[in-house]
Amino acid sequence: MLTKLAADRRSATGLLFVGLAVLMALAAPLIATHDPNRPDFVATLAAPSLDHVFGTDDLGRDTFSRVVYGAQASILVGVLSVAAAFVFGTILGLVAGFFGRWIDALIMRVMDVIFAFPSILLALAITAVLGPSLTNAVLAIAIVNLPVFARIARAQTLIVARLDFVEAGRAIGATTPRLLFRTILPNILTPVIVQGSLLFASAIITESYLSFLGLGVQPPTPTWGNMLRNAIGFLDLAPWLACFPGLAIFLVVLGFNVLGDGLRDKLDPRDASPG
Amino acid sequence: MNRFKVLIYAMLVISTRLLSLMPVLFGTSLVSFLLIRLVPGDPALALLGLEADEAAITAFREKLSLDQPLAAQYFTWLGNVLSGDFGRSIQGGREVFPLLIGALGPTALLSVAALVISLAIAVPAGIVAATRRNSAADYSASFLALCGLSMPSFWLGILLILAFSIWFPVFPSSGYVSPLTSPSEFLRHLVLPALTLGAALAAATMRMTRATMLEVLRSDYVRTARAKGLAGRMVVMRHALPNAQIPIITLIGIQIGQLLGGVVITETVFSWPGIGKIAVDAIFARDYPVVQGAVLLTATLFVLINFITDLIYTLVDPRVRVS
Repeated sequence: MLTKLAADRRSATGLLFVGLAVLMALAAPLIATHDPNRPDFVATLAAPSLDHVFGTDDLGRDTFSRVVYGAQASILVGVLSVAAAFVFGTILGLVAGFFGRWIDALIMRVMDVIFAFPSILLALAITAVLGPSLTNAVLAIAIVNLPVFARIARAQTLIVARLDFVEAGRAIGATTPRLLFRTILPNILTPVIVQGSLLFASAIITESYLSFLGLGVQPPTPTWGNMLRNAIGFLDLAPWLACFPGLAIFLVVLGFNVLGDGLRDKLDPRDASPG
Repeated sequence: MNRFKVLIYAMLVISTRLLSLMPVLFGTSLVSFLLIRLVPGDPALALLGLEADEAAITAFREKLSLDQPLAAQYFTWLGNVLSGDFGRSIQGGREVFPLLIGALGPTALLSVAALVISLAIAVPAGIVAATRRNSAADYSASFLALCGLSMPSFWLGILLILAFSIWFPVFPSSGYVSPLTSPSEFLRHLVLPALTLGAALAAATMRMTRATMLEVLRSDYVRTARAKGLAGRMVVMRHALPNAQIPIITLIGIQIGQLLGGVVITETVFSWPGIGKIAVDAIFARDYPVVQGAVLLTATLFVLINFITDLIYTLVDPRVRVS
């Protein structure tokens, strides 16, 4: 699949941006030129130079190193929250579509209620109540994305569960868990995976919103969102502080969006964007 | 008689759909109620603040039936909410409901301005991109739309402040002036937040307009219109655009709902005193009655806006109406 995506120029660009972000997150200690949390009060708000390529912040910390380490929080929260929403949402949708009746009604009404809240506001309210941390940011973003996966998985299950091979499975005495997870699940995954790839971008943006508002990963751990929050106070003195973390979010989200579009075109051509 | 039948039918459709909203509205109220129960510690202290005296806490416990089972507490709370009693803010003791209603005005003005900006950019750009497919205009519009979708709104807001408030000081970087006090100052304060909020909406609307127009332009009736010798502009405006408007209207409806979420960030960046800013300030002040009220009010508005969108496209599309 990766080879197929890399062959398409647009998807290859997306893959490049996402690959760079993942590399930054994994190899941050090797890429960063300075300790991201070490203050240097002699070089506060220094403009970009050879020593500090992205300049320094109000505490003299190296912005380039903080941007590199900031990838860790964004990628980690993005991956974990989408993975959690994918697993639980798919199972809920599968169960709702397979059993129908009151189980379906109950699960889908709960999903409708989650869907009834603007996602940012719900994520904010959850992190506000549970307290700001990486775990709670993951939990909040996973919860707001749960209905997307549940709805798609349910719709697909309703179609697949009526097909002959499922009936055949029933006829030969397959147990319900076997029918659910071995017979139906593999046949509903494609559209769910396509949706998942598109949700990475929104999960990373939501994480940056939470961090920007001070409700995500807490300082001094650098995240692109909390770096921008800090930058607002120094826009006239050090505009570079606002440029590089924002550019990092923009390029990674652009990468995930382009990659998601490419994946959708390859895996689910019925839904492909008319190009 | 026919008109009477249509009226009865319309009322039947509206009341059936309103009824179907009830479980969702019930659920949103339940989530808003339970939100405060998730706060570690005593809900009475969470809602009154740590400095509340013992007598006030006892009176409050009785008012909210906090010694009763959870279900009884919920119905007591719901009764209060339905009569407009959302409690009092811990900060300053103001009643929450009037506080939130007062903030709805600035939020609505900002949302409408953002929507107008997004439509003014997105619909013409989407039409041009579709009618001149694979041209430089199409590639540029599609690339800009992708950038708009990928740019976090607060970063765009910060860049606009940097450009138009600091480097070229044309617009103020924050604050709000009522349109009744000074319409020109109101507009100056509105430009940057409305552009910030409108840009992301424009990106999604442009992509949808382009995709729908491309589909419609491939249809038989458009081919027939062209074969009749109609001018290209006439084909687009009279035949293609009216048929492309259903998904666009649906998307706009969804976006109005999303605006309610988007304003949280934009209002915070530009210190715009709407419901989003009040909610964020309340979160930091641990002013839970305001947080709870803002979440409930916003979710209710979100559900109602989606309901109205649903009704509008029933009116616009005869196929939906018949089915």
